[in-house]
Amino acid sequence: MSAHQQTSTGGKDAGKPIAFVSAQALRERMHDAVNDPHLRQSFRGAMDFLMAKRAAQFPDTDELDSLRSLSEAIRQYSLSKLPDLLEQLEANLTHNGVQVHWAETPDEANAIMLGIAQRHAAKLIVKGKSMVSEEIEFNHAMEAAGVGALESDMGEYIVQLAGEKPSHIIMPAIHQTKQQIAKLFAEHIPGVSYTDNVDALIQIGRRVLREKFEIADIGLSGVNFAVAETGTLCLVENEGNGRMCTTVPKVHIAITGIEKVVEKLEHVAPLFSILTRSATGQAVSTYFNMISGPRRGEDKDGPEEVHLVLLDNGRSQAYADEQLRKTLQCIRCGACMNHCPVYTRIGGHAYGTTYPGPIGKIVSPHMMGLEQTHLLPTASSLCGACGEVCPVKIPIPELLIRLRGEANSEPHANPAMVGQGAGHNALTSFVWRMWARVHARPGSYRAFSWLATRFRAFTPKRQGGWTAARTPLQPAPRRLRDMVKDRR
Amino acid sequence: MSARDRILAKLRGARPAEPLPHPDPAPHYATRARNESKAERLARFRTGIEGFHADVHVTTEADWPALLAKLCRDKQVGTLMFGANTPAGQRLQADTFGDISLRPWAGQVEDIKADLFHRVDAGFTQTRGAIAETGSLILWSSADEPRTLSLVPPIHFALLDAARIHPTFYDALVSENWAAGLPTNALLISGPSKTADIQQTLAYGAHGPKELIVLVINAEGDVQ
Repeated sequence: MSAHQQTSTGGKDAGKPIAFVSAQALRERMHDAVNDPHLRQSFRGAMDFLMAKRAAQFPDTDELDSLRSLSEAIRQYSLSKLPDLLEQLEANLTHNGVQVHWAETPDEANAIMLGIAQRHAAKLIVKGKSMVSEEIEFNHAMEAAGVGALESDMGEYIVQLAGEKPSHIIMPAIHQTKQQIAKLFAEHIPGVSYTDNVDALIQIGRRVLREKFEIADIGLSGVNFAVAETGTLCLVENEGNGRMCTTVPKVHIAITGIEKVVEKLEHVAPLFSILTRSATGQAVSTYFNMISGPRRGEDKDGPEEVHLVLLDNGRSQAYADEQLRKTLQCIRCGACMNHCPVYTRIGGHAYGTTYPGPIGKIVSPHMMGLEQTHLLPTASSLCGACGEVCPVKIPIPELLIRLRGEANSEPHANPAMVGQGAGHNALTSFVWRMWARVHARPGSYRAFSWLATRFRAFTPKRQGGWTAARTPLQPAPRRLRDMVKDRR
Repeated sequence: MSARDRILAKLRGARPAEPLPHPDPAPHYATRARNESKAERLARFRTGIEGFHADVHVTTEADWPALLAKLCRDKQVGTLMFGANTPAGQRLQADTFGDISLRPWAGQVEDIKADLFHRVDAGFTQTRGAIAETGSLILWSSADEPRTLSLVPPIHFALLDAARIHPTFYDALVSENWAAGLPTNALLISGPSKTADIQQTLAYGAHGPKELIVLVINAEGDVQ
């Protein structure tokens, strides 16, 4: 099955790799998504549901405040020691019998994993949910080399069958209705006839995927938290497919970003609690799976080999700047997208990036460069909802403003980000410079405002993007200064 | 230079001169401690895990094997797999179970994989304890009770001692000093497997067990 085929939901080319979305295309995708009533309805309903469920998990605001502060402190502390913790993690995992690999780029990560697959002559890799594997286009890379990669999370499985990409980091198939899924199953799974009964659909998925767990050569998973002091990989899930992928095949490969490490096992408890409550409004997920090594000693099951791939892919760029480093505090709960008025209206596909929504807007520029992503930080009303619900207090609105600055400032030496100045426009820049100059001096401001009120009839009726959905701006006939003078 | 060295060099070049102060989770949990009795903790655990669609049966040290046999009959379990070398496993006797086939785990998973996937109706395990706050069971896999025993069979029976219910996950891992030595696989299990990936509609029995049945041994015998 190809992930390149077009689909009716989620805008144009929803399944295409992220690198294909130009700035112009991004505008078109967002426009199309806003004008798709089915999509709007799906996301509005789902986001309302998720927001209500999250709110119900935090009846005690003191507890929420305390837990958020603690979680923020743990993530910031971990990042402040990141290189040391990564080395400690590597040492303890190695001691536990886990093989640790490092990759700077998606290509390197895929090459490492393909190497493992080829060494085992693997035909089929079953996958637990991993956004990092989406980030590196793992499925494409394996398919290109003739190795099957099958998603086993129900939502991911549906999205893969449809040739799409996830539209939400926690609920990948949130844009699909049960009728669409019923049709998809009937078309793609041999011997299955149409049913839109959700229980029946899940049982079909269970039957198909259980056969695969049994025969797969390799299981792939992500990592929610990696614990340095014990050399432990923690996975959060509800379905049991994560346990299947990490337990049944002879080889388990975990892949994660370098930022996911924490120092102490005790740091995991508060983060796990705030993760599930913020993400899906569950007090706890069905499974919390803590893996500290392959089958060893007298063990009777579990993989014979466990590998961990640590991926940079732009994270070290974010790390290098004190403000941008906060991006890496993220624990991938998705609460920011659930509460985002823009995400709710356009859905996850329109962004064209692996990570959609507010977190996607601040993390993608590091992964892909501002050249391709400089419009993303502008797809926000800066309402602040994302920052308010973030369980680790990432100041997302501040970071969006910072990224707008990085994207639109004049290109300069030693930029903090690849692609700095990609959105720079000499005319816009000139206009703002003049604006600043006029407003910085009382005399020139007075002269300017006098002229503006006298010549207001010459204000253009078409004012670019502003008038696309609004009435034109026109200076008032009289200045405040003049009206105050009259009252005296 | 390897990718590892380059990544670490970049991070080292950029990290703050001094790490931030170590965050201690203890005060957050201490100020919210409930000082519950054992019965209160059991009640809270029960409410939590029943909310996740698990069945809970409170029983006694003497009676649980007979209760397990009865539940197996009710659920029409043909074959029950368990670890024979555990204290609980040794209590499972053929005469209590009648025509239910008691099958001890034997050999490596590869030797029994087809049976485990297709012919075993239920798995039975002990638990290390539980968590009252969230209604979670704690399982540490071992040679006697491997990881898949609580995962692959459609029904999972779990035996819990009510005295081992901790208030929170944090309390469990700190009071028992888990950091000093974890097994290859430690698990929290809160209900049968589930998914809401289709239109946010909750469905049980996704990839793991369809049913989770907890037998709680309550030494004071206050059966509910």
